[in-house]
Amino acid sequence: MSCTQTIEDYALRSIGIGERLLPRSDFTLCEQVVLIGSGLIWNVYFGLLALGFGFILAVSVAMAKAAPAAWVRKPAEWFIFVFRGSPLFIQFFLFYETFVLLPKIGIDLNLGFAEITIETRWLTRAWAGALIVLFLNTSAYAGEIFHGALRSIPRGDMEAGDAYGFTGWHKFRKITFPTMLRLAWPAYTNEAIFLFHATTLVYFSGFPAWQQKGDALYYASYFADKTFNPFVPYPILAGYFILLTLAVILIFGLVNARLNRHLPQDRRQKLRVRPQVIR
Amino acid sequence: MARPGFFLPKILKSNAHQGEQPILSCADPKTLESLHWLACYLTTGKHMAFYGSFGTVLLLLAVTAPAALAFGFGGAMAARSGFAPLRWCGKGYTAIVRGVPDIAFFLFFVIALDQGFEWLRHKVKCPDWDMPVRQGSDFVVCDAAKMPLSSSPQWVHESYGFAIAVLTFAIVFGAFAANVLYGAMGTVPRAQIETAEAYGLSHRQTFWRILVPQMWVFALPGLGNLWMILIKATPLLFLLGVEDIVYWARELGSSKTAVFDFPHPDWRLYYFLTLLVFYLALTRVSEVVLSRVNMRLSHGQATVAGDAQRRAA
Repeated sequence: MSCTQTIEDYALRSIGIGERLLPRSDFTLCEQVVLIGSGLIWNVYFGLLALGFGFILAVSVAMAKAAPAAWVRKPAEWFIFVFRGSPLFIQFFLFYETFVLLPKIGIDLNLGFAEITIETRWLTRAWAGALIVLFLNTSAYAGEIFHGALRSIPRGDMEAGDAYGFTGWHKFRKITFPTMLRLAWPAYTNEAIFLFHATTLVYFSGFPAWQQKGDALYYASYFADKTFNPFVPYPILAGYFILLTLAVILIFGLVNARLNRHLPQDRRQKLRVRPQVIR
Repeated sequence: MARPGFFLPKILKSNAHQGEQPILSCADPKTLESLHWLACYLTTGKHMAFYGSFGTVLLLLAVTAPAALAFGFGGAMAARSGFAPLRWCGKGYTAIVRGVPDIAFFLFFVIALDQGFEWLRHKVKCPDWDMPVRQGSDFVVCDAAKMPLSSSPQWVHESYGFAIAVLTFAIVFGAFAANVLYGAMGTVPRAQIETAEAYGLSHRQTFWRILVPQMWVFALPGLGNLWMILIKATPLLFLLGVEDIVYWARELGSSKTAVFDFPHPDWRLYYFLTLLVFYLALTRVSEVVLSRVNMRLSHGQATVAGDAQRRAA
């Protein structure tokens, strides 16, 4: 079978398009590269959506943690503590078991004037359930990063804002938020990189790969199990992830340049391209 | 090679049926009342193995942390080496682990190390074996080279699986630690090194007497962070085929029909909640201890924290 044929069959296999059966014997290098690359679609999907939604919640959590009122601050502190203090692996299991225990048919919700049934079955599927876990997890980590940045905003910036008569939402939008984002960005880049790495845990932690539609690591370990040779599929996976990491660094670097565009050249913060583990 | 469910411990058969104590007789669980039932349920042989597996996790942490630190120290020294090939090895070691998900490394090293050991033994023990080791989708070595030997007792199989897991953790976290230590070695004030050189200390003496003692305070935040990550990576033992707390939580929590002594519905949620609390406690305690150690280490150092302590005193 030619490689073009393999690409046609398996390039979108992870989302259910193409050949139904996975290759079973005589694995070619092309099959491994294509199928593992196809799995990468899920890693990008989980990473992008969790980061996107997580950003909004993370900013809210950071603001809540910085709030003076205890009833706002305490829940945010506990949220961050629980999600940062426990392994993502356990969180996946915990949420999966919770979603499984929800009634199969759905929950009947009486709104007084009408009765609606909330479908819950889809929560046990990885595309929704795992996304929720990753979303909450990255929100907690990024929330802590943003909170740290919020506390290190130079006092002068805030005083200058006050002097110009900025208050409330206007002050947040024009001064607090951009400065916080600028200070937090290098650490947030790190978080994004390791979130993409964390997406490989999804199919190894309770959430089943329905119809063998899995992520890159799922297919890599499939090949390693079948061929009993880890020296081909895992380096392929490593190559894909290095490319993904470089792409994240590139995009976040562009945003970083934009966030720092008002500063004089020599004071601009260069994004550290050497990711440190923070998770 | 250890596979999940491969070695069910022998304790399973023990004290589930033998309640010698008259007060807490667990002989016939179906007749017991709720509280008594619960007491009996929580002390079955399988539950004892579950509690023991918490010890496995702590043991892994206790063994892996120094091992990873040693790997990291070696890696950092290699990365600073004046000998170029050694330096490239050190830098490559730290660079690769950062770009690739750690779980991929775990899955990779468990098979790769196992096959590596068997291959080496194969070369030594069966030199006149003429077939290739890799035959299509099979990895074949002679019987004498199997790790562990198929005739060896149960505990050897278990320890081997655990040892492979420890080595895997040490390699992966060693790379992270090498990264931290390399950074810390570069952060020690240059003046300190220059002073040592002015006193006529050799390169080696400067490294061991000046650089190493002073770098810990710079390395500590990073190493503390790494310790937290290590704690949070321990459930991955489950994926490496070791019977850890995740294995037992899934095993004990799954719903049990009336065939079992203690039938119950799906309780996995409660077991995982227990694990969650265990991990939260572990990370919280670590956090407190680390901040104490940081205070202690900052004492008398030329850092902001050290200056603050001097002013306060």
